[in-house]
Amino acid sequence: MSIFDIFTNQLLNGIVLGSFYALVALGYTMVFGVVKLLNFAHGELYMVGGFAGFLVLSFLAPYLGPGWLGVAVSLVLAMIAVGFLGVVIERVAYAPMLSAPRLSILITALAVSLVLQNGMLTLTKGQYVPFGAALGFGGVKLGNLFISYNQMILVGVAAALMLALELFVSRTQYGRAMRAVSVDKDMARLMGINVNAVIAITFFLGSALAAAAGSMAGAYYGSLWYFMGFLIGLKAFTAAVIGGIGSIPGAMLGGLILGLLESFGTQLPGVGSEWKDVFSFSVLILVLVFKPTGLLGKPEQERM
Amino acid sequence: MAQFPERPSAWGGLATLLDTPQKRYAAIAVILVAMAVAPYIFGSYGTVILTNALLYVLLALGLNIVVGYAGLLDLGFAAFFAVGAYTVGITTLHFGLNFWLALPLAVLLAIVAGVVIGAPTLRLRSDYLAIVTLGFGEIVRITARNLRETGGASGLIGIDSPWLFGWHIRTPLDFYYVFCVLAIIGVIASVRLANSRLGRAWLYVRHDEDAAEAMGINRVKVKLAAYVVGAIYGSIGGAFFAANLGAISPESFSFRQSVLILMAVILGGMGKIPGVILGAFIVILAPELLRDFGDLRLLIFAVGLLLIMLFRPSGIWPARSKR
Repeated sequence: MSIFDIFTNQLLNGIVLGSFYALVALGYTMVFGVVKLLNFAHGELYMVGGFAGFLVLSFLAPYLGPGWLGVAVSLVLAMIAVGFLGVVIERVAYAPMLSAPRLSILITALAVSLVLQNGMLTLTKGQYVPFGAALGFGGVKLGNLFISYNQMILVGVAAALMLALELFVSRTQYGRAMRAVSVDKDMARLMGINVNAVIAITFFLGSALAAAAGSMAGAYYGSLWYFMGFLIGLKAFTAAVIGGIGSIPGAMLGGLILGLLESFGTQLPGVGSEWKDVFSFSVLILVLVFKPTGLLGKPEQERM
Repeated sequence: MAQFPERPSAWGGLATLLDTPQKRYAAIAVILVAMAVAPYIFGSYGTVILTNALLYVLLALGLNIVVGYAGLLDLGFAAFFAVGAYTVGITTLHFGLNFWLALPLAVLLAIVAGVVIGAPTLRLRSDYLAIVTLGFGEIVRITARNLRETGGASGLIGIDSPWLFGWHIRTPLDFYYVFCVLAIIGVIASVRLANSRLGRAWLYVRHDEDAAEAMGINRVKVKLAAYVVGAIYGSIGGAFFAANLGAISPESFSFRQSVLILMAVILGGMGKIPGVILGAFIVILAPELLRDFGDLRLLIFAVGLLLIMLFRPSGIWPARSKR
């Protein structure tokens, strides 16, 4: 393969990977924007989303088949189910803690993440679960580059979801309320905005997007594991920080940048794929040191 | 700030039980005697479990300085534990270094690691630190798994047990007493630190960072000090862990290890030494008692942690607030 072929191949890999990171990073950034909380459990919602999609698909497969139709329907149902799970988590675990010291909220979020992770460990006995989708292996060949239909649809769906979110936040009344709450929660309440409802919608959307990424990852890679949310949670956080935490376009950009950095980074001499994760965490630390506000973020003061 | 009368608690009886120095000395004597005879009561298996619990006491005391005293959430504490263990493993195996020379080297490397990771990130929002330490913990574990010097995924084996003035520390019973001494030193150091100028600065920074800064406390320096002291505890624990087992592998230093140490700190009660010791024993002994539950153990722990945060956020045996 020529250098050019390696380049285009890694570009494609980076875009696919980046779409997953961007979808999960959006949830981090939205929740952070509205309640100033780092939702450690967010990566687990991606994992639960994958399993929810698997569960729905195994019920629907006899009627709709394990192909695109079945996967699409199970994707939507998994998004709705995990969206509600996110709202429940917020109500049960985070809402009582929002005025507590920051350390307590962080530990609570960690506890939620451990409950979800170990709950799934108990259910699956720590085994890998095959996703069971049959999406086919067709694709288009451009020169030496092979782009599968799966990759195209995956990136297309991710882009469509992000576009829909952007339109929701910028054009609708709820989106405006969300932006108002993220600027000043107390003032928004005085203006008659139902802050609790806005927080619930934010958690619903963020969790649903993570579930979408989880289901698609399950269908794309073909298997699920209770621990799959841990790493992507960290990576998505990195993506959100690169883009500027709290900024929705920033999360999309950050996801894409991280995906590309990872796929090109592993091609550097001395950085094999076994160093991939070290590479991205080093990027995280460097960004936090040199540009903690990220590419599109605004400088922010620590809550007092 | 208004002073509230102290709320009578279930532990009030215990406090009055230990109200004079004589009674306190008597209690310490009872604990020391209990520690000395415990191996003869619980047998060889019990001794191994108790040694493990004492290791966790040491690690939890170290993390308690970071989380409990200074109020910084560290999710990668196992990294320092790993630095201690691997330094001893590599230097004694590959360079034939004596354990007692490898130990200070391990501590030194952990301090360097603590400063390198802490100095840039401690200026940031406190919740960024949590994620950065998580990433740092993973970096250390993955590095240990990928390098040839660290033995890759299978780790290092055949680490020699140390000699001390002609005493070959070798049997589980020997190591039990070594960890007893380490835990006691750890407790004394923690108490002395809490009552020092630095300890008061930690308390102040934890309660109100901005007011502390206005009073002339350099918050980055003070936080970094907590981070480094925690690293020292972790690396000493790791060094003796390596000497005790004679074999180490990257999976001993995973995220789960960091979480277990953190649970020990939080379950018992952040910031208070008896609470942290209790927490360390719960974390080690509960899996033994819950053995029948198999995989459910971790879930039970996780639910317990969540319930404690929601209903008893300062732990089972919390610190009494001081004037």
